Amino acid sequence: MNSKTLLYILKRIILAIITVWVVITVTFFVMHAVPGGPFVGEKATSPAAMAQLEAKYGLDKPLMEQYVTYLKDAVHLDFGPSLKQRGRQVTDIIMDGMKTSAKLGIIAAFSALIVGVILGSVAALRRNKFIDKLIMVITTAFVSMPSFIIGSLLLIVFAIKLMIVPANGSTPQGLILPIITLSLYPMAYITRLTRSSMLDVLGQDYIRTAKAKGVSGPKIIFGHALKNSLIPVITYFGPMLAYIVTGSLVVEQIFAVPGIGRAFVNSITGRDYTLIMGTTIILATLIVIMNLVSDIMYKIVDPRITLE
Amino acid sequence: MALLEVRDLRTSFFTDAGEVKAVNGVSFDLERGKTLGIVGESGSGKSVTAYSILQILASAGKIVGGSVKLDGQELVGAGEKVMKDVRGNKISIIFQDPMTSLNPTYTIGHQLMEAITLHTNRTRSQARERAIEMLKLVNVNEPEKRINQYPHEFSGGMRQRVMIAMALACEPDILIADEPTTALDVTIQAQILELMQELQKELGMAIIMITHDLGVVAQICDEIVVMYAGGYCERGTADEIFYNPKHEYTKGLLRSIPTMNTMGQKLKPITGTPIDLLNLPEGCPFAPRCENAMKICLKQMPESMDINENHKASCWMNVKALLEEGGESNE
Amino acid sequence: MTEKKFPAPLSMHVDLNDFIPATDEEKEYLVQMRPSSTFFKDGVKRLIKNKVAFISLIVIVLITIASIVIPLFWPYSYDNQLGVQPGKPVDASYNNLKPFEYGRTEQAQIEAGEKVFPHIFGTDSAGRDYFIRVVYGTRISLAVGFFASIIVLVIGMTMGSIAGYLGGKVDLIIMRIVDVIYSLPDMLMVILLAAVMNQRIGPMIEGTVLAKIGANILSLFITFALLYWVSMSRLIRGQILSLREQEYVLAAQATGAKGTWIITKHLIPNSISVVIISTALQIPNAIFTESFLSFLGLGVNAPMPSLGSLASDALNGMTTYPYRLVIPAIVISLIVLGLNLLGDGLRDAFDPKLNK
Repeated sequence: MNSKTLLYILKRIILAIITVWVVITVTFFVMHAVPGGPFVGEKATSPAAMAQLEAKYGLDKPLMEQYVTYLKDAVHLDFGPSLKQRGRQVTDIIMDGMKTSAKLGIIAAFSALIVGVILGSVAALRRNKFIDKLIMVITTAFVSMPSFIIGSLLLIVFAIKLMIVPANGSTPQGLILPIITLSLYPMAYITRLTRSSMLDVLGQDYIRTAKAKGVSGPKIIFGHALKNSLIPVITYFGPMLAYIVTGSLVVEQIFAVPGIGRAFVNSITGRDYTLIMGTTIILATLIVIMNLVSDIMYKIVDPRITLE
Repeated sequence: MALLEVRDLRTSFFTDAGEVKAVNGVSFDLERGKTLGIVGESGSGKSVTAYSILQILASAGKIVGGSVKLDGQELVGAGEKVMKDVRGNKISIIFQDPMTSLNPTYTIGHQLMEAITLHTNRTRSQARERAIEMLKLVNVNEPEKRINQYPHEFSGGMRQRVMIAMALACEPDILIADEPTTALDVTIQAQILELMQELQKELGMAIIMITHDLGVVAQICDEIVVMYAGGYCERGTADEIFYNPKHEYTKGLLRSIPTMNTMGQKLKPITGTPIDLLNLPEGCPFAPRCENAMKICLKQMPESMDINENHKASCWMNVKALLEEGGESNE
Repeated sequence: MTEKKFPAPLSMHVDLNDFIPATDEEKEYLVQMRPSSTFFKDGVKRLIKNKVAFISLIVIVLITIASIVIPLFWPYSYDNQLGVQPGKPVDASYNNLKPFEYGRTEQAQIEAGEKVFPHIFGTDSAGRDYFIRVVYGTRISLAVGFFASIIVLVIGMTMGSIAGYLGGKVDLIIMRIVDVIYSLPDMLMVILLAAVMNQRIGPMIEGTVLAKIGANILSLFITFALLYWVSMSRLIRGQILSLREQEYVLAAQATGAKGTWIITKHLIPNSISVVIISTALQIPNAIFTESFLSFLGLGVNAPMPSLGSLASDALNGMTTYPYRLVIPAIVISLIVLGLNLLGDGLRDAFDPKLNK
């Protein structure tokens, strides 16, 4: 790795840190834009929580002071008490939810990746033939349908009418439909990405050289083409995580999965501001980190870019 | 029997816009150890001819006629098994742009050894030795170290040398060089050409040199084939073609080269633009740009005619000359 | 007499009269060059040839026209709860009608011989004609998508142009801001802002025209305006930078062309295609986001329907009335799919770089 790459990585890390700071700041000030401030007024707020907040942030102290305190606490992953769920700290609620949601997300991501790369490669190799056109049509459909539509339809068909899987997401089997729903868009996207990337690679001169050397068909694909085709797919890791995070909001709602997505949506409708803030910051930070990792990996892996 | 016999080769690309007739009836022989030059402008079909010989055309391309015989064995229609044995082994090819022709994610050692292990029974360490040997042969310095480097760590001229090493690793009978020096500096050009000639002497292989640069052709070719719009205009020994051209296109090419003698005079390019290969006319494809085009040139494709035993040309002017000769002597 | 080396007997019949020079006109005739046309005409031709994109275009246009025209003559309105008449007790027979069923008073009217316009999609749980709600929801979704994209377009173009033309420090600052905004996870920010803004905006716009649109939608527009202009600005800036350096601008200047001529003839046509394609792909994104927010309850304010909120409402009665979910689902999918396909088609037709 040379100095140019290191410089790039450093710049990206700084950008990521700034972004996270912006997220925390925006979240804090936007929340305080709610008339009366986020910590007051709602009748359902537990008095114990209010007392704790008062102690922490001093709700009558100047805004900037509250901000600085909040910032410091946020860095230590302390987001205060939940306003609505009595006795529980925001951080704990988030961690609880993450257990289920992370499982959901990781399985969905892996399935999307594997199936997507396979389908995309098949489509590229059988370009313009029937299977390619079929794959393209299906992926276009999945890329255009919002996740809540797909999820609802799947729910109706498989859980309710056909009763193959449970409709509720609290059991392991109940996670099947949510995982499928969550993975369909990234899978379609990765399929198309792999296809166009591989088509591009197959048209490259070095593939022609390999053929001219006498390398056989399958070896050209797996040995020479695949490695190069996957490089752009790496750039999608970050956006894919972002999608999964936002997608989980909807999917967990539809399938009643006890994850962080559902907690987040409920916190919005329930005006649990500390939870809203904490969840936003954690999820946003996760996405920023993933984007950063994805960018760095791409830089390292692409040998041409490393040198330039 | 010549080492390579190409007869009336025809190759087309079937695209959405129609059939592009890239090669329309090219014929030539290549003898062992000799150098043949295929000359023409871009779009003349010279590269496609080479790709057709090795059958490494893009998916839309197909050989639609003619024959290619290597040592008597017919290659057209012979099937992948036969071709895989030919490629990189009996006939090798190096391409114009060495940067894009090498896989950027593999070391050049890996790519060299791949060529070697594909066609011989060497073990990995033997293949590695051979690879280093080849790098030495093409004058790459510090081969033991450089064998582990990636293509982007080499300069343009060096990369072309690596490509040559890769092509020659299995000691092929024929090396096809598709514009090998076009992408390089003039000084590097000279080095590469010299290298190729040395290697030819050492290994006794035949070379097909594809280029649009008449200067390169003059330097190293024994025989020349001139192509235009997918068809061949004339072919013969280098001397014949340069000193006794018998096709209007060749004459135009030679005329357009500025020489010391023509210093101070206006440049004489060939007017007009190259023909559209989707809509080939009935007659000679060069006719619309030809100063001396006759009515028959527009109507009918001229046949190939023997000028002498070393020289064939396909131009109505030669028939006209003959007719006039016959007419005169009849008086 | 020397053995004349006549060629192998010419296998073709040769008309000796043809051995005279050909005229220039005869030569010209054979050179069939394709008639050159402008970049724009070429692109439109290509687009029309692309059947998929063309069909998508037709579908989108039809849906748009329908959403504008139908409410004009449809006898029911989207917020009219048919069972609720001021002064009378609520007539629940109007709620949850299946397609083509009628409420009590309507039944009576039919028996009396009157013609009652059918409820093609039935009614919802509050007794409102579902068909017109779907149509209206389509109108809202389309309008939101369209206007949000226009806002993004205007802001993006402005910022991008400024950055591109002025260069230097201004460019640097703008691009840093772009970088940071670009890395923000947009959905989360949108949700956050939407969740909070309507609290603020609500009281601000009460009583004005804007109140009808709803605070939620306005906050959506504002969020879009704040966050989504960045890709467009990068595009525009890139276009300007590369076009400034393009050889042909230099060439045009070398032939004495004036600055404005260069801009109109060169910069604009190239940038326009990029802008159109980008906007065409932005609209489905906006519609997507709006329906997503509406689904979560952060979109349009009741009673105004949007396809997303209709779907969300229908989730509850999903087992008994699945069509109430399926219908808006299909419409959204058609619109987003159609716009995506159209955008792809536009890109294939107009992107000069993809020219084979």
